[in-house]
Order: sequence, then C-alpha cells, then structure tokens
Amino acid sequence: MGKISKSPWLLHYDASSCNGCDIEVLDCLTPKYDIERFGIINTGDPFQADILLITGGVNSQTEAVVRQLYGQMPEPKVVVAVGICACTGGVFKECYNIKGGVDTVIPVDVYVPGCAARPESIIDGVIRALAILDQKREQLKKKKAPGRA
Amino acid sequence: MAKRSIVPFGPQHPVLPEPVHLDLVLEDETVVGAIPSIGFIHRGLEKLVEKKDFKQYVYIAERVCGICSCGHGMGYCESVERVMGIEIPRRAEYLRTIWVEMSRVHSHLLWLGLLADAMGFESLFMECWRLREKILDMFDRTTGGRIIFSVNCVGGVLKDMDGAMLRAIRETVDQMEQELEPIMTTFIKDYSVQLRLRGLGILSREQAILQGAVGPMLRGSGVEYDTRMLGYAAYGDLDMEPIVGTDGDAYARCEVRAREIVQSFNLIREAIDKIPQGPISVPVKGNPQGEYFMRIEQPRGEAIYYTKGNGTKFLDRFRLRTPTTSNIPPMVEMLKGCQLGDVPLLILTIDPCISCTER
Repeated sequence: MGKISKSPWLLHYDASSCNGCDIEVLDCLTPKYDIERFGIINTGDPFQADILLITGGVNSQTEAVVRQLYGQMPEPKVVVAVGICACTGGVFKECYNIKGGVDTVIPVDVYVPGCAARPESIIDGVIRALAILDQKREQLKKKKAPGRA
Repeated sequence: MAKRSIVPFGPQHPVLPEPVHLDLVLEDETVVGAIPSIGFIHRGLEKLVEKKDFKQYVYIAERVCGICSCGHGMGYCESVERVMGIEIPRRAEYLRTIWVEMSRVHSHLLWLGLLADAMGFESLFMECWRLREKILDMFDRTTGGRIIFSVNCVGGVLKDMDGAMLRAIRETVDQMEQELEPIMTTFIKDYSVQLRLRGLGILSREQAILQGAVGPMLRGSGVEYDTRMLGYAAYGDLDMEPIVGTDGDAYARCEVRAREIVQSFNLIREAIDKIPQGPISVPVKGNPQGEYFMRIEQPRGEAIYYTKGNGTKFLDRFRLRTPTTSNIPPMVEMLKGCQLGDVPLLILTIDPCISCTER
C-alpha cells in the first residue's frame, strides 16, 4: 500500500445482512483493529462519503435505498460489498425476497467474501478500495481537464 | 396546543447499524406517537424450510441473526430434537450452554458499548468492545469462527472442547471479570451516566406485562421472569436466579444487562466444573413428524421456535418469534412523552435486533 492521498470517509449500509458482517464492520473501528489509523472515518452522511460499504444481499425494500444512497454520494466513489451475501446472495440466494448480490443493483468495485467477513479481510478490502478511489479521481481529473482549457 | 409535525427516522441513520424506520409524531420537541415500519431486512428465511432439509436448515437458522447466532441454532436444533424424540448426550447440552452463555456475554458487552456510544461516552464504548474481543478470540479458538460458528447440529454439537480449551475459557472468564469491574462501576455508579439514564423511558411493571415485553426489558421493569429457569439444555443443573431491576427506566435496563454479564460468567464457570465426559452427538435416523414449541432465553429475551414436521425431510413449517418483535410495542409505548433527542438512546435500550425481527 502506498501513500493515501486523502482521508476517506466511509458510509455503511445494511442491505439485508444478518448483523454478523455489520458488527464486524463496527469491530474495525474498535481498539483491536482501529481502522481510523488509516484516516478512515465512519460517517452517516452519504453526501460526504467516499466509500460505500454494503453488507447483505439486496431485497425489494432496500433496493431503492441502496440506489438512493449511491446516487447521493459525490464522484469519485467506490463500493465495497462485505460478506458473501453482498457478493452473491450467499445462503439466502434462494429466498423469495432476495434479488442477489449488491452488483445486481449498483456497480461494485471490491468484493470481500466470508461469512461473516473477518475484520482483517474487511480492512484489506477497504485499503484496496482506496487504490481504486485514487485511480477514479485521476480519471475524473483527465476528463475535466480539456473542458477547463 | 402546539402544532403537530412528523419526523421520519431511518432507515439509514447514523446511530443505527441496522435499518429500521419510525415516523415520529412530535408536538414541539416532545414525541406523542411513533409508528414503526419494518421489513428492510426481510429475506423470507422461514419459507426456506421448503428448500433445505431439516439438517441443512441449522445453518440458515444460525444466520437469522449474527449476534445471537449460536442461540438460534440451538433453539432450532432443540425443537427438532423434541419433535423427533432424540435425547442428546449431556456433554453436548453443557457445551451448547457454554457457547450460548459466551454469546450472551458478547452480546451484552456489544450493547453496553453501543449505549455508551449513544450517550457520547466514546472511551467507554471502546473499552467495552476491547473486552468483547476476548470472547471472540475464545470463539475463534474453540470453533474457528468469530461471529457465526456453526457448532450446533440436530443430535448434538459438531465440535468438542478438550480440557485445555475449557481451562483457557475459565482463565479468560476470570480475567474478563476483573477487567469488567471498572466498566461496571462506570455504568452503575457514574454520576453523568446516571444523569443521562435515570428516569428516561419509564415502562411500568403493568405496562411491561400488558405490552408483552421480554428479556432484560421485562426484568428491568421488576418482573422476575427468565426462560432459562425452565431448565432446558444444562440450565436445570446450574444455579441461577433472574436478575431484576426496579425502576423500569433506561438505567434499570442497563443495570440488568451489566449484571447479567457477571451471571453468565458464573454460569460458564459452573458448567465447566460440572461438564460430564462422554459423546457429543447421537446419530439421527428418520424424519421429524409432529410439532413442538421451544422457548429459549436469548440475550435479548425469550425466543419461540415452532417446528412442524410431516414425516419427510423437509419441514412443513418453521416459525420463529424473536425477542425484538415482542419488544417493539413496549418501545412505542415508552417513546410517548420523551424528547426527540432521547429517541435514539431509547430505541437502543430495547437492544433492537432488526435482522431477527424481520428474518
């Protein structure tokens, strides 16, 4: 991992998770794992977030909420799907109310598997997301540059 | 009369890790009514019994909720075992009890941490969660999983604990009890914590019974009722009394949960002392036929597992009534008359587990 150009803010949303991954995401903030040492803060406000962390598969109720949250986040943004349910639907894939993984609704950049995903792998996923965030920012700058000149 | 207004609360909200939506009816700053709407995490798990057979379904039951996962697995297994008339080995029942009590410690510490966070007491939140890691490490060591560890199966448990592991659990529990002491003192005796919690969200004994509160919520209102007294699993052999609060306010619920952690420590120690030798599971033959209502005490209160078998390997019906479901009506009652700023804290005092509620 190289230098991080920005302290990214993280938005966590529980799409239809069993709580297991959610408490592991919260666990990342606590003394043992302490994600804040990377400058990452868990925020509740989508307008200020850079990384959207989603746990659980998407169901018919949360679909609109996930779309809305994603839409409210400013560019550049990355989406991390935490846990096997967010990646593919997991054990709940056959449930009548589950549409499948998060990628059926919004584009996902990083997949973190596991049931429940361990804090180490969540942190690894977020760090990978940071690299993608930097890439996206560069692309955004290139896109904007001709317009400005 | 002040003008009434409605403030939507949730589903994505900074203080709630899980989505729940409330429409709060306000008169100025005072809440006069709350209309909960749930269904954001509904997956339809009960229907899945038609697709997974009764032995596979244990893994689904454990994923009803990540916090009380072991308890749900145990509740489901016990109900199926009673339908089929299986007598599981005593050692398996003791092992289940130890894991479930450890889950209770982890769940209550998690809740105490969230409560401290809701009060704005950040360092206390960190302390609680730091202590909780010790239990998770023990889960990791005994089962290989931190949060969801599938150890229950129909007919017993899948993993055994040897003497060294049991000693390690005992040592961890002893050490944790010492470290819990200052945290307990802060929650129970600290001036500012008392100022924040005392007299907040009072639920009288009568209302608690009328509205059907369960678990620490019910005990906080002074009702001496704990489903563990029924003596399922190994609880019949263990010495325990329900922990009861008096005032029925947020402080009483906090105190009940804090003291229940120590009670769980004692139960774990007693179970380790009394655990018999022997096999950990029995072979299961045939399919369930008949029905059974199983009641167990989850960290959040009484949960009911209804199982109906039809003689095939797929169950006819599995029904689960979780503690948070029964705690929502008392919560709505309790919210009436409080200030808008207290709403997040009061919702937290029922220890909501939305994932359980909606399944």
